[in-house]
Amino acid sequence: MTELPDFHPALPEIALALSGLLLLMYGAVRKDAPSRFVGYITVFVLLAVQVLEMTVAPGEGVTFSGLFISDRFAVFMKSLVLLGSALAVLLSFDYHDHEKQERIEYPILILFATLGMMMMISANSLLSLYLGLELQSLCLYVLAAIRRDTLRSTEAGLKYFILGALSSGLLLYGMSLIYGFAGSTEFPVLAEILTASNSHVPVGVIVGLVFMMAGLAFKISAVPFHMWTPDVYEGAPTPVTAFFAVAPKIAAIALFIRVLVDPLGGLVEEWRQVVVAVSLASMILGSFAALAQTNIKRLMAYSSIGHVGYALVGLAAGTPAGVQGVLIYMTVYLFMVVGTFAVILCMRQHDRMVEEIEDLAGLSKTHPMIALAMAVFMFSMAGIPPLAGFFGKLYVFLAAIESGLYTLAIIGILTSVVGAFYYMRIIKFMYFDESHEPLDKWIGRDIAVILAVTGVFTMFFFVYPEPILSAASVAAASLFPGG
Amino acid sequence: MPEAGVLVSGLAFYLFSGWLLAAGVMVVAARNPVHSVLFLILAFFNAAGLFLLLGAEFLAMILVVVYVGAVAVLFLFVVMMLNINFVTMREGFLQYLPVGGLVGLILLVELAFVAGGWAFAPEVTAAAGGASTLIAPSGIMTNTRALGDVLYTQYFYLFQAAGLVLLVAMIGAITLTHRSRTGVRRQDISRQVSRPREESVEIRKMPIGGGI
Repeated sequence: MTELPDFHPALPEIALALSGLLLLMYGAVRKDAPSRFVGYITVFVLLAVQVLEMTVAPGEGVTFSGLFISDRFAVFMKSLVLLGSALAVLLSFDYHDHEKQERIEYPILILFATLGMMMMISANSLLSLYLGLELQSLCLYVLAAIRRDTLRSTEAGLKYFILGALSSGLLLYGMSLIYGFAGSTEFPVLAEILTASNSHVPVGVIVGLVFMMAGLAFKISAVPFHMWTPDVYEGAPTPVTAFFAVAPKIAAIALFIRVLVDPLGGLVEEWRQVVVAVSLASMILGSFAALAQTNIKRLMAYSSIGHVGYALVGLAAGTPAGVQGVLIYMTVYLFMVVGTFAVILCMRQHDRMVEEIEDLAGLSKTHPMIALAMAVFMFSMAGIPPLAGFFGKLYVFLAAIESGLYTLAIIGILTSVVGAFYYMRIIKFMYFDESHEPLDKWIGRDIAVILAVTGVFTMFFFVYPEPILSAASVAAASLFPGG
Repeated sequence: MPEAGVLVSGLAFYLFSGWLLAAGVMVVAARNPVHSVLFLILAFFNAAGLFLLLGAEFLAMILVVVYVGAVAVLFLFVVMMLNINFVTMREGFLQYLPVGGLVGLILLVELAFVAGGWAFAPEVTAAAGGASTLIAPSGIMTNTRALGDVLYTQYFYLFQAAGLVLLVAMIGAITLTHRSRTGVRRQDISRQVSRPREESVEIRKMPIGGGI
């Protein structure tokens, strides 16, 4: 009979899946199992898998009859995703303590969602891409609605579910068209066919490409497929929003890059138009719509739409340098956003969560350290030079200019000026306004640690950026043929 | 006689597809939602018949087992239990018809354009040749067996992934709907069996003509 497939490249995923099953069994048998304990184990598992990813799994490997690929790009993106998920679980503990929302399913669902993301990133065929995406999305729908007693959370879950199902439909339709016209679902075969038939690509493949990009744009919440983002971000419990803003977004961006660069790399002229349009629209809407927001979670939603626009600038370049820019951008984005959400999770008055931007007024007097950290994150998101966010923007815009996309780069810089306005507005509230009602003094230990780590990273990234820059460069090169 | 075989299968095709279309129209047109679901089941059966004619007996079986056996029955339950007033839901139908019809028409024209430009690149047929050899020619192997052959070997990874998706669906359904109620009386067989006679039966002497 057939031989066993080579499990070695997929070892981190297998370990993660088995740990998830074990934790689930533990939770089912021990009904009174403390969810904090399960949460800590989940964090440990995620970090252990991270170590496994970087040490045990080799840089290159294709297994499961070509359905699964592990390359430097996958290792880089999976590391970001694992780190993002682990931080999201850590962020959730205090919230769950306060709101009496301890659910053992919460860390387990995050674990399975992370598994789905890793499968997406390592997809080497349209089929494995879709199954990974669905595993991830299904966990996210449940997480959005996990506070099933509150109307906002269930509404967010339902909206996310319906629009997510719609986007999966678009994605599948595009995939079936590509399969129908190109004759394969495997990425290497597709790449070969589409590069060979560069001059006369069947129109069906182009239509399929557009549908697939629409489906994927939903997942990264790029304009014009962003409608769900503000509602879901606002309605979902804050730690869940923090998770949504980081890990799934990074994984979906990774998927977007892999699909466009690897199998559809031969169609770069065709997809570049779409990426440029989506990127422009995201940057413009992300910055202008955020101006009118009063709720900080909605503001973060529009801010993340804008960030996706900037990241896509690098992808639009379609060069290794551009992809390297995107990878650096997403790394920096991870730390900035986790830090910002850590601050948002500190926003309580009389032991109740508050979400209005005005509630931050006078934070510099009551909580100087938190205000300082928030100021660092906001300046960094705006792209003020020595901070990490500046380097993220620098590399994507450089790549765009090298590829001759001047309009895109100029509009990007202009919109980041607009973006700077609403980031500065938060700083103005914290430093120059009198507080009506100060926030609660107490903040959790986990949150304080995360704030310190992300703040230091964002502030001092420029001192020693070399490891991340070179890792991103190697990862980006591994995607391109001959790299 | 080959002609008779062709004739029968042609007749069967028109019979199945005719019924399928008629049942499909009735699903939308029936006033009573329960009737709609029953017509849907009829449509599923006819589609299964069409699959059989194509020699795809596995798909035919799946259609009957999954769609008729599970999905349609679930629909029927939902329709009966929720008591949705479908008449009021249809009220806006005529109002939205022009816009909806226009969008549908545009999509149809676009699809026609795409179908008109349908052409395989020559490299495609060459590359697809490699993939198509995986599936054994019909006649040697039933397609149920052929599917099983690749599902548990070549597509083992996808099979496992689908299993995880289903597991998550189950966790999600339980997380979102399960409520542990207090004060539920459950049957505990070991307690019932181990209960001694003294705890459950009491013998009293009753005076004649008196109550307890």
